[in-house]
Amino acid sequence: MKKKIIYPMALLIATAFAIFSFTNNSSYTKTDSLPKGDVDNAGLTLPQGFSALIVADNTGEARHLAVTKESDIYVKLGSAKDGKGILYLQDENKDGKMDKQTGFGNYDGTGIYLKDGYLYASSNTDVYRYKLNDKDAVADQNNFENIVTGLIDRGQHNSKSMVLDNDGNLYVNIGAYSNSCQENDRTPGSMGLKGCPILDSAGGIWQFKADKQNQTYGDGVHYATGLRNVVGLDWNYQDNALFVMQHGRDQLHDLFPKYYDTKTSAILPAECMYEIHKGDNAGWPYIYYDQLQKKQISMPEYGGNGKKTADQKYLDPTMAFPGHLAPNGLLFYTGDQFPAKYKNGAFIAFHGSWNRSPEPQAGYYVAFVPFKDGKPSGKWEIFADGFAGKKTLSPGTAIHRPCGLAQGPDGSLYVSDDSKGTIYRIMYQKK
Amino acid sequence: MNKIIVFGLLMIPFGLFINNSPRNVEKQNIKIFTPVQNSKLPGEKIFKKYCVSCHQVDGGGVPRLNPPLIGTSYVLGDKKPLIEILLNGMKNITIEDKTYTNPMPSFKTLKDQEIADVLTYVRKSFGNDASAITSADVKSVRAKMK
Repeated sequence: MKKKIIYPMALLIATAFAIFSFTNNSSYTKTDSLPKGDVDNAGLTLPQGFSALIVADNTGEARHLAVTKESDIYVKLGSAKDGKGILYLQDENKDGKMDKQTGFGNYDGTGIYLKDGYLYASSNTDVYRYKLNDKDAVADQNNFENIVTGLIDRGQHNSKSMVLDNDGNLYVNIGAYSNSCQENDRTPGSMGLKGCPILDSAGGIWQFKADKQNQTYGDGVHYATGLRNVVGLDWNYQDNALFVMQHGRDQLHDLFPKYYDTKTSAILPAECMYEIHKGDNAGWPYIYYDQLQKKQISMPEYGGNGKKTADQKYLDPTMAFPGHLAPNGLLFYTGDQFPAKYKNGAFIAFHGSWNRSPEPQAGYYVAFVPFKDGKPSGKWEIFADGFAGKKTLSPGTAIHRPCGLAQGPDGSLYVSDDSKGTIYRIMYQKK
Repeated sequence: MNKIIVFGLLMIPFGLFINNSPRNVEKQNIKIFTPVQNSKLPGEKIFKKYCVSCHQVDGGGVPRLNPPLIGTSYVLGDKKPLIEILLNGMKNITIEDKTYTNPMPSFKTLKDQEIADVLTYVRKSFGNDASAITSADVKSVRAKMK
């Protein structure tokens, strides 16, 4: 008799709980359930109320990362380690620190993304996807689909960063294998190639179907062009549009000292955030965006002198940042854990500069831009700093370099570092 | 022993002056601060004009992009291949399993003496201690390439 009542009761409670958990994400965001941050916030400087925890360390060249609904982490390694290019980090004892590391996928690369029951990962030429089980673990590591193949890789700017939308499309960066499309790459005074031939197969974003195997250039849509190299990109669901962070060209002073002194060259051109729609052209290699003059300026390789504006008008950036900071990660924050100002705003991982010499190097931090209705609603600010350690004179001496960003199911922000391989989790805990 | 330490300590400010990198100050041992090293090598000026933006003030290069000039056989080994790199440029080089993807342009427009000076500077800086390269060395490699 008793049993007959208990079973339906238990079922009812379980169902109610399941529905509650499913429909109300804020049940996850109780800050008292978050793990404690590290004593020194893992060496990071953060706004008031935030804390940081190192959840994994020495993973390798941790480029981009993705966090599952179980708060496990997939990390794409720039260089595969012991035949493993993708790491799967799990927290079995649920103390917030990852205690189990396995891996698969014997290829170097940068991109990794979770969408609709699949893990997508990119090498420097291909995109693969792996079916996930109900715990977001890869069901069979040896059984994957080769979604995109044969993309160009000539070393320079070969990261095939990627993101998906809600309509079954995959967007892949194919970076230009050149600095500024000179006849002789990175050679002082060398002029630009007429009708830059690189743009036919690189220097843009290509759109592919997320579920179709063995697609290559002919199968994809040449979605946007004139983008030198994009490592950080994300889909903005408020705006239902792709946003990318372009790495602006290097070495204006080294290559054209008659137009640019070292001080100007250290801050120009802008690192640009673009909102991208089909058919857009951001103008590389013909123009760059000068954030001081607030204008598109002709590249010196194509007749520019630092002041001359371009004849043709190209896409203007959504926001312009100082030069050479190397934006490698972009994430629109949709969680509820952080204070309201962060909701729907953009976090950007700036990998840190190398070609500002003799000025000190800069960047090596995570920045934040507030957004409203899919547009920036305020100035950008530094959100998390201190990755590099003491003053960084050269990128090789930076202890950590922020590269990838991901959001956890509870709204924590995860940052990967491709120098030492540290994975950070940044949380907000009201005191 | 104590004398060596005192000598080393005395030399640290000079090290800071030449190369303002904390890492290198830690790394450099006393051997590096020989009188020859402290006299300004003529190649330093050329290095600062053409090389420093990629290879960095400490010769450490940039991970994934520009190779380091410290402790590698490309710099410290045979003179001929090193001279050839400057004359021809190079692309996608792998050193100790790490690949560097930014291409280096040719510097063949520099004079033999300038190439000799900058290579000598590189071979004797950042903790490196390899033999000097002369303009005759550069001339002979250049002649064979034509």
